[in-house]
Amino acid sequence: MFYIWYYAVHYITHIMRFITQPWPWYVSGAAIALIMILLNYSRKSFGFSSNLRAICSLLGAGRKVKFFDYNWKAQKWNLMFLLGAMTGGLLSGTLLNNEDALELSYPTIRDLGNLGITFDGDLNPSQLFDLAAMTSVKGFLVLFLGGALVGFGSRYAGGCTSGHAISGLSNMQLPSLIAVAGFFIGGLLMTHLLFPLIF
Amino acid sequence: MKSIKYISLGILFGVIMVKSEAASWYRIQEMFRFQSFHMYGLMLTAVALGAVGILIMKKIRLKDADGAPIHFPQKKKGWKNYLTGGIIFGLGWALTGACPGPVFVNIGYGYAGMVLVALGALAGTFLYGVIKDKLPH
Repeated sequence: MFYIWYYAVHYITHIMRFITQPWPWYVSGAAIALIMILLNYSRKSFGFSSNLRAICSLLGAGRKVKFFDYNWKAQKWNLMFLLGAMTGGLLSGTLLNNEDALELSYPTIRDLGNLGITFDGDLNPSQLFDLAAMTSVKGFLVLFLGGALVGFGSRYAGGCTSGHAISGLSNMQLPSLIAVAGFFIGGLLMTHLLFPLIF
Repeated sequence: MKSIKYISLGILFGVIMVKSEAASWYRIQEMFRFQSFHMYGLMLTAVALGAVGILIMKKIRLKDADGAPIHFPQKKKGWKNYLTGGIIFGLGWALTGACPGPVFVNIGYGYAGMVLVALGALAGTFLYGVIKDKLPH
């Protein structure tokens, strides 16, 4: 009996160590494909930004603007998915957290350093995302306007990374390829032309 | 009880986004600077396996859990809204380092600033709803 417990604890420790370390890209990529396929199997389409429209409607935007006067309740499953995603983030930051620094490539650390953004080893630079940054004028504008670009652009393009880059490309949709090309044009412009002006 | 299924899939998604570091501002910068294969490998794997999965589901005419045929939505034809909207999205993606999913994953992870990004994203979505009829599609 003792040995069974001993091995159980031993294996659970091993599994936990396996889960808490950063996952290789091929494992993560396969897991994302699996999520999309499981959603398709339930007749749902994997697209996260639809939640933003649904939340606007849920808050009553449909009374003023026609675009939000639609059957958002059909997106209830997606809002549940959003709650799950937040919970997944919480679990990863606590129970499944590991103390090792993110293995960012040296040239990125150097380039960001030249812009005055320090690599602190965590997911995001705290100097841009902590309370102090939020309450500074520049920090507030970067986060709020950045978010506004994400929200406006994804609705105008009819989807974001999940809806176009994953679902759309997997289903060989030409519009999604055009949207993903747009994502990269915008991202490259911001990174290479606008970052030196902003930071 | 169906909500439990979607909450569980969401949790899996959130954990993947953190553990793959796709929810990392730094990783998005690394991607747009072409300084690592990491994010490209992740997306290529997801799309390649997703495409094979969808192809098989279509070929064997797989029925869903309720026995109804699975329908894969076709995107509306056109290019103006996809390209322009895509570029606007990309500007925000590089600046905040987060697309809509990771914004909420990062709120759960504990980044206060991401709440502001989410509010901005809602404001941007609302603005689109207000002016959409004046935009080229």
